[in-house]
Amino acid sequence: MHVDGTEKKWVILSFLMAFAMMGILTAYAINYNIRPPSNVETVDSNALHLTKEFAEDNLGLKVLADGTVTVTMVAARYGFYPQNLKVPSDTSIKFRLASADVLHGVHTAGTNMNTMVVPGYVSELTTTFPHVGKFPMFCNEYCGLGHDYMWSRLIVVPKDQFTLPAPQGGAQ
Amino acid sequence: MEARMAASESRLPLANIWIAFITFALAAFMGLYQVAERSGLFPKIEIIELYFRSVSSHGVIMGYVLTTFFIMGFGYWVASSSLKIPLWGGKKLGWLGFLISLGGTAMAAIMLFTGKASIMYTFYPPLKANPLFYIGAAFLVVGSWVWCLQMVMTMNVWKKQNPGVPVPLSMYGMTANAILWFITSLGVSSEVLFQLIPWSLGWIDTIDVGLARTLFSWTLHAIVYFWLIPAYIAFYTLVPKAAGGKLFSDEFSRISILMLLVFSLPIGMHHLYVDPFQSAGWKFVHMIGTFMVAVPTLITGFTVIASMEVAGRLRGGKGLFGWIKALNWSNPMVLAGGLSLLMLTVGGWGGVVNASYSMDVAVHNTQWITGHFHLIFAGTTVIMYFAIAYYMWPSLTGKPLFSKKMALAQLWLWFIGMLILTLPWHILGLIGQPRRIGVPPYSAEFTAPWEPYLILMFTGGVILFFSALLLIINLLFSHLKRKSSERPVMEYAQALHPSLKMPTLLNGFGFWTAVIAVYMVASYGYPILQFFLMETHGTFPWSI
Repeated sequence: MHVDGTEKKWVILSFLMAFAMMGILTAYAINYNIRPPSNVETVDSNALHLTKEFAEDNLGLKVLADGTVTVTMVAARYGFYPQNLKVPSDTSIKFRLASADVLHGVHTAGTNMNTMVVPGYVSELTTTFPHVGKFPMFCNEYCGLGHDYMWSRLIVVPKDQFTLPAPQGGAQ
Repeated sequence: MEARMAASESRLPLANIWIAFITFALAAFMGLYQVAERSGLFPKIEIIELYFRSVSSHGVIMGYVLTTFFIMGFGYWVASSSLKIPLWGGKKLGWLGFLISLGGTAMAAIMLFTGKASIMYTFYPPLKANPLFYIGAAFLVVGSWVWCLQMVMTMNVWKKQNPGVPVPLSMYGMTANAILWFITSLGVSSEVLFQLIPWSLGWIDTIDVGLARTLFSWTLHAIVYFWLIPAYIAFYTLVPKAAGGKLFSDEFSRISILMLLVFSLPIGMHHLYVDPFQSAGWKFVHMIGTFMVAVPTLITGFTVIASMEVAGRLRGGKGLFGWIKALNWSNPMVLAGGLSLLMLTVGGWGGVVNASYSMDVAVHNTQWITGHFHLIFAGTTVIMYFAIAYYMWPSLTGKPLFSKKMALAQLWLWFIGMLILTLPWHILGLIGQPRRIGVPPYSAEFTAPWEPYLILMFTGGVILFFSALLLIINLLFSHLKRKSSERPVMEYAQALHPSLKMPTLLNGFGFWTAVIAVYMVASYGYPILQFFLMETHGTFPWSI
């Protein structure tokens, strides 16, 4: 078997490049907890209205007893509910989303808010919005012929101008 | 005698390749319609039902039909021209596989064209298509398994007849691809056979979307390497030959093919990075594998560029870069090889972003992704399919190519069009345009920055469609020519240091198949099993 000297160096370099990229991503994951959104939790998407958490009058922003700022949302053809969402800047916010019908996705460009919303499962992600302003939340996964119409507004208000609601009793 | 034999051997590959390119032409026209619709320049053609019908058909044809038929045709021709023995199981078995795949394709196509399967090439349950769509797709895959079997068995017969002799590299790569395709297609086949078909027929009420998406992800990444390996085979065995040089290293070509085979299979979960139902730990494991797969691509880049340098220097090129100028760029295979490598470099860089565990959320499901895979697949890979077709055509049809100039123009236009189409798509993705939208009625404050890129996209699409037409005209006019030339032999590059003996591990697949089996169980075992261990809630079918 013939191995050329330059080729051998290149192979070693290729492995080193791959390891370097894995290393950087691992370091970010461990040190800054930057991970893709994951949450292995099931929900009956056919009966969301019967769950306490995703019932219509429970959607939106609230503060849990432990102080966590949580936004509960439902994705359903063709909108995200609540349709206009106001959140404070520079605050860690936990989003919990469920689909009432088919596959959806939500993405706000320029932020880390990007998750699929899969029927049968609860999506969860925690993020902070450092920039104040109006942002779109587009449905980014084909969900039927009305897909183009599925989007909502996210309004990030300066933290000091935002009054958080009183903490609710009990966990989610 | 040999010419007559070649003529009879060539019918099966030709039939496969014509199906590939005829459907490609149809899908290219749909692509033109889609960029026109999406550009917002022609309000009259903004018909959303038609748009999603077209997107679904375009994806299924380009991703499954063009690729599968082209690769089967190329594989059959490589087998007979490199091994020079009859196909295992005979040509009739090959025709049977072809007819099963063709029948399935026709069934699925009727459902797609009539708007009864506008659910994208990714199927997307719980959106439900007509059951005939899923059944047709299953037949397309089952027919291709006949091809897989024939590739593996023909190579084995040849090895028995030539003990100790290295399998020709082209056939070694083709067999690797057959094994890769068989194993990777098991994921989507399970989804279609055990979930989608019974569910769409109403035999079962609900479907577990998490399980369906996990099974699909099993297929979704390695399928890309099934499409790409034929291009790599051309890089190793045809580009150096056409350039008038030699393959830099036979051994490292095999090592990269084997690494692609092993590493590309258990990494599909990076397509699920933002799906909730798999935990971050499993996504991390698949991220590691995803970066490992960059290594064989980097090695391939070296081998191909080194082989081209050998050719350039043999042609009198001097100095650090003089050999590039000395290369025969007016040969379609050499030109396509160069352009393909350029697109692979840019597209691979974008791929690193998508593959990144942390950066993916910035681009997931945006138009960036569409830009990425058009650059890597429609650019890097399909431009090599064109060059392979031009290269094989005289030996397959027994007639010279109609116009080499037209072929060169076609390749340049494909390259330029693809860049004008995909680079703006990357930018659109970064500024927030989702993929798979028509002309959405979002507020103008968000969509105004998109407009210049949409115009560029449309321009790229027009150039690509024109290029696709040139391909079809050239191949058709060559084939229809009355005058038969002397049928040339299909030639492959020799290695710079030909090996009389090859280590067993680099001349067979038994050991590697076992490695893959273990690796697959390790990386997909629990992620699939978990759906049977927890209480899940299935979903009823929804129409589009």
